[in-house]
This record gives sequence, C-alpha cells and structure tokens, in this order.
Amino acid sequence: MDFKDTPEEAAYRQQVREWLNANAPKKREGEPDPLGESSDGLAASKAWQAKKAAAGYACITWPKEWGGQGGNPIQQVIFNQEESAFPTPGNPFQIGLGMCVPTVMTFADEETKKRFVGPAIRGEEIWCQLFSEPSGGSDVAGARTRAERAPDGSGDWIINGQKVWTTGAQFSDFGIVICRTNPDAPKHKGMTMFWIDMKDPGVEVRPIHQMSGGSGFNEVFFTDLRVKDSQRLGAVDDGWRVSLVTLMNERLAVGGASGAGWSAFLESARQTPGLDGGAAIKDQALREKLADWYVQAEGLKHTRNRTMTALSKGETPGPESSIGKIISAVQMQELANSAVEMLDQYGIINDPSLAPLRGAFQASLMSAPGMRIAGGTDEILRNIIAERVLGLPGDIRVDKDVAFKDLPTGR
Amino acid sequence: MNFDFSDDQKFLKNEARKFLEAQCPTSRVRKVLDEDAKSYDEDLWKAVGEQGWFGAAIPEEYNGLGLGRLELCVIAEELGRAVAPIPFASTVYFLAEGIMLAGSEEQKAYLLPRIAAGEVIGAMAVSEGPGVTTASTLQATVEGGKLNGVKLPVTDGDIATVALVLAKENGKPGLFIADLTDPSVTREALKTLDPTRDAARLTFKDAPVRRLGEAGQGFDLLEQINDRAAVLLAFEQCGGADRCLEMAKSYALERYAFGRVIGSYQAIKHKLADIYVKNELARSNAYYGAWALNTGAAELPVAASAARIAGCEAYWFASKENIQTHGGIGFTWEMDCHLHYRRSRQLSLVAGAPRVWKERLVSQLERRNAAA
Repeated sequence: MDFKDTPEEAAYRQQVREWLNANAPKKREGEPDPLGESSDGLAASKAWQAKKAAAGYACITWPKEWGGQGGNPIQQVIFNQEESAFPTPGNPFQIGLGMCVPTVMTFADEETKKRFVGPAIRGEEIWCQLFSEPSGGSDVAGARTRAERAPDGSGDWIINGQKVWTTGAQFSDFGIVICRTNPDAPKHKGMTMFWIDMKDPGVEVRPIHQMSGGSGFNEVFFTDLRVKDSQRLGAVDDGWRVSLVTLMNERLAVGGASGAGWSAFLESARQTPGLDGGAAIKDQALREKLADWYVQAEGLKHTRNRTMTALSKGETPGPESSIGKIISAVQMQELANSAVEMLDQYGIINDPSLAPLRGAFQASLMSAPGMRIAGGTDEILRNIIAERVLGLPGDIRVDKDVAFKDLPTGR
Repeated sequence: MNFDFSDDQKFLKNEARKFLEAQCPTSRVRKVLDEDAKSYDEDLWKAVGEQGWFGAAIPEEYNGLGLGRLELCVIAEELGRAVAPIPFASTVYFLAEGIMLAGSEEQKAYLLPRIAAGEVIGAMAVSEGPGVTTASTLQATVEGGKLNGVKLPVTDGDIATVALVLAKENGKPGLFIADLTDPSVTREALKTLDPTRDAARLTFKDAPVRRLGEAGQGFDLLEQINDRAAVLLAFEQCGGADRCLEMAKSYALERYAFGRVIGSYQAIKHKLADIYVKNELARSNAYYGAWALNTGAAELPVAASAARIAGCEAYWFASKENIQTHGGIGFTWEMDCHLHYRRSRQLSLVAGAPRVWKERLVSQLERRNAAA
C-alpha cells in the first residue's frame, strides 16, 4: 500500500509535466472564468483545447484515429491532476466530449462521425446536451418535446417544445436532443434522439437567472425546427437506449461539489470572535462539526485514491466512486451555513469587499442548492446506490405500460 | 497509486473469513452472551492462536510472524465482522503494540514471545470512573514499584494476565506493566452493554509493577498506543458495519409489507444507501490510517483520529438502522441485530469516545493551520 506511481505512470507524469511546462499558461489573466462564458474566456479555452488536441492530450483514452492517444484512464487522471496545477482557462468542452460526441460516435454513420469528431476534440465546435425539460428533470423519459415527420414526405423531422437547464447552450454549436416521437407508446418506447444545429433559427436560447445570481444554464425553445432524418441517432423510438449511453458517460463526467471547505472554515474560525470574546474556533460545537467535515473530506479523498488504484491496475473502479456528490454537496451547504452563522449578525453581508474570504461562504451557500440537484439529485443518487450497488428493486412504476399520452401530467 | 491491500493480504483476509465463518458463527458468540460464567470463547481463542494471528505483527526475533500492520488490519476487519468474543484487541492492539512501541529490550524479550504463543491475555487499564481520565483526575499511584488504585472498566480485565496501567509516580503520569495473576490484584466482573466481551473492576493493593517507557510519559504513550489501536479498531468497525448492511439488505429483500418487499420502498432504499455511504467513508479513512500505521508516518495521529471518528459513526449508524430495517423482529433477543448494536458501543468507547477524538483531531488541525 503506497501512493506512488508505477514506473510507467511516473514516466507518463514526467512527460505530461514537461509538455505542460512548455505549453500551459503560467498566469491567469483577470478573474477565473470557469465555464469560459465571456467571449475572451471562450477564445482562450478554445486555443488551449486546440493545443492539447494537437499533442494528443485532449481525449487521452480515445483511439488515435479519432484524435486521442489510445491511452488508459489512469493516464487521463494523471493529466487532469497535472493540468490542475496550471491556471488553464475554463473547460466548456466537457459535456460535448464526455457525453454528446461519444453518443454520436456510437450511433452515427461514418460520414457524420468524420464531420464532427475532429472539430469537437480540437475545441472548434462546442456541444450541449438537451435532456431535461420543465416537466421532468430526474424523469428524463417523461420528455414532451415533439418530433414529427414533415408532412411533405421528405423524411425530415419537425421539432417543437422546450428544454431546460442546458449547460453552455448559449455558446454551443451543436446539441443532442431527445424527443417524443410516439405518444401512443409507453414513455420509454416512444422517444428518438437527434443531433441538431444550435445556430438554426428554429432554436432560441434564453439564459436562466439562477437563485445564486449567475446564469450558467439556459432554457432552449424549439419552434418548427426542421432536421434531416440523417440527424437521427439510433432507431426511431429507441431514444431511451441511446440516452442511457449518454448518461452512462455523465456519471463519469460530473464531479463532486467544491466551494469553501473545512480548511477555509478553520481559517475563518480562528479569526472570528466567538461567544466569550475568544476566537470562534474555541466553540466546542463548531469543533465537532469541523472534525466531521474533515473526516468526510478525507474519506472522499481516499475513496478517489481507491478508485485511482483500481484504474491503475487496469480494473473497473468499484461502486464506491458513486458516493462523492451525495456527501460533498450537502457538506458544502452545511459548512457554508455554519460559517455564515459563525459571523453572527454580520453573516448576512454578501459583499466581497466586507465578507471574510471575499464572500466565499455566502457564494457557497447560494450555489449549494443547485449542487444538490444538478447531475442527479440527492434522492436519485440514493436510488442509484440502492438499486445498482446494493441490488434493491426498482421503484414500482405506474407509468411503464401506459401510453405516454394517457399519463397524468400535473403542472 | 497503489492504495489497496496486496493480493497476499486479500488472500489472508479471505482465509480469515472462512476460518471465522466455521469457528465463530453467531451461535458461538451467543454462548458468551447468554452464559454468565463464560467471559470469552476459549476454544476460539486457542484456534485463533494456532492461526498465528497473535504474533502477526510481532517481529520474528520475538517468535512472531513478522508480517506488517496491514496483515493485522485485514484480520481485524474479519474479527469485527464475526463479532468475535475474544480478547484480541486488548492483547494485540493494546498490549503488544504498547510493548513494541516503548518496551525495554528485556520487556520485549519477556512478553512478545509469550503474546505470540498465546500464553498472555492483555488489558489496558486507564479509566477510573465516569468521564474522561486526565492528569488532574488520575488517582492510581505507584510508589517504590508498588501500584495502588482502582481501575474500571477494564476490558478483558477479568481474564487478562498482563495489563498496562495508567498511574502517577512522584506526581508524574506513567504507564506500568502489571502482572494480574499476582495475589495483590483483585478482580470483579462488570456487567456491560456488550456481554460478548469481558470487563472488570481491578483493585491493586501494593501490586508490583514495572514502568513502560520514561517517567512522566504516561499520556504521551497512551495517545500513541491509542492511535495504533484506533486504526485496527476502525477495521473491526468496518467489518461490523458492512455485516449490518448485508443483514439489512437481505432482510429488506425477503420481508413483505403492503404487498411488496420493503426493499422496494424509498424510505428503506435511501436508508440503506446512507449506510453504504458512511461505510465507504469509514473504509477509505481506515485505509489511510492503515497506511500511516504501517509506514510509521508523521500523519498517524491525524489519520488515526479520522479513521476512528469515521469508524465509530459508520458502525453506530449501521447497527441501529439495521435494527430499524428489521422492525419488531430486530428488537428480539433471538435476532443477531443487537450483537452488533452492543459491539458498536463497545468499540466506540474502548479507546475513548468519538468526542474526545474529534477534539484531538481539531487541535492538531489548528496547530497545522497556525504553522502554515
């Protein structure tokens, strides 16, 4: 038991480090822009992606013929670790390369693959995933966005409806969208997947104003969006199976919550006056919470080390890697709230020039509710652990054998 | 990255499980639970000795197997899973570790081979009454090599032959090695929450003792021994907590209520998912503790604290929610659920309650933060 690289891993890490030293930016200009949302940020993200792609580092595990390196997962982890030490621009390509393009690669014809994979891996084109709808987030198979055959006999499809919570739609060039094609069939058996051009006039993107104040997500409206039958991914009405391929990749792509953690809390508690005029860190109740958060954070860190060990041995990681977001998102919320309450009346101030750590805890507090929902809610993740890890039965379904059009819909 | 046990260690774990499934079914644990006269399972103790487990981490020069602490960790996990009713922790994690840590050459040469051979049962005598034992509350005294005082509860105190005893000598706290077979020592068995483990009140009247380590080092040594024991106890807790999850899952899959298995209700599914999450956090922390223990890393105090806190939390949660998942039948004497509920209390209290460890952990994090 140790934390050392194997000789092959050490050699790879060295090679990556040398390449990053020669090529990665040394200093970030201005404020970090995690999603590359500003146009400057986007240009920097695209330039960095192109550099990585040219050197084979953009999608290390992909085959060489598709622009990858034919590498193994541990090499990708090593690259990510080393890259995180550099102030590289935000990565708006993750959803495309992690979920959409693999779906295209699995289901599209050779010509389509040739058209899209290269530009995506080089960062020239950005993809988004259009699954969630106002009527269903966790329940993806409840999609109501309609795709109907054009009445002109061309075989084209006409799409109408609305998607929501689409990350990066505002700067995406293409997307994959799941649509209802057969409302007479049960819900899982009447959906079809398409790739679409996000710049088409039939697509309208509106940013969502989040409760945290930011706008990282969008609503996307389709009005008589016309797509060719050749844009279909998988068979007609077989979209559920296609979406499972996409979502299988999502579990690997969505990481844990970050935000201000136990060490920021400790730092703040040493400097904030507590109950008797001494530092707040002397408060026994806060000390016990701090211990719990530290132990959870360490538990997650070493769970990642166990996952990495499995990858390093060429094994499939065990189910333990699925616990991350359940713990980290709730901790992010509780820790931020305790930090704010520790400030007593002052805690309400949400001005970076006045609040400790430039308002990091207030920011965490306001984004934590989203972390507990995005990429699988706390509740869905518990279902996944119960069903896929522990082998407990799936929920009894009232919607399985009923035609989609006959399902009760509520609001 | 190689943050896992080796194939050999996994093989040993597997062998230990098979051995304990054959030698330590819960029917055997229940004999110790139900029979007042039975303090531990002597036959199991002998059989475990024949496996060489007492000396697993004792160097070969003292007739041990000279394996590392990682081998001891996998054995501990299986003992915890089996709720083994034997004084293994007292003898191996506390006494043997204490002697290896601070014993003189003579003490090592005398005690370690006897521990390895199964001729010694150990005990750790620290507590004297309700609450945390500190330098200001400590009553037991040593004068001219004679110990006077009362210790309770002493886990395995009624069956142990050698104890490490915390006492003051010339006002300075020290750890002392006491021969419990000496007539100057009186033992009274105690009723505890976990009757599958032995416990006693020990009264020392001019009992001859030898000091372990330097004068005045008592609490320092005790902390170091507790760190080592905490990692090994954390593996017992992981083993017990995983067994609880298995029991809960298997019951949830066979019990019907309102026309369907209870494992199909989200209230139960989410409960079991929560147990799983806590168990994995405990396991990952225990692994890190194992690494720190085996390499003698400077991080051991922090790593051991985290392993202990996570282990206590996981086993407590799993053992109580296992009963809850079983419903009424889980509250009966005949079901095995309470064996784990009891053992989880024993393991949480034996080396100091989680709250003490949390305080210790935060003090260390504070020092680290102040130094940074």
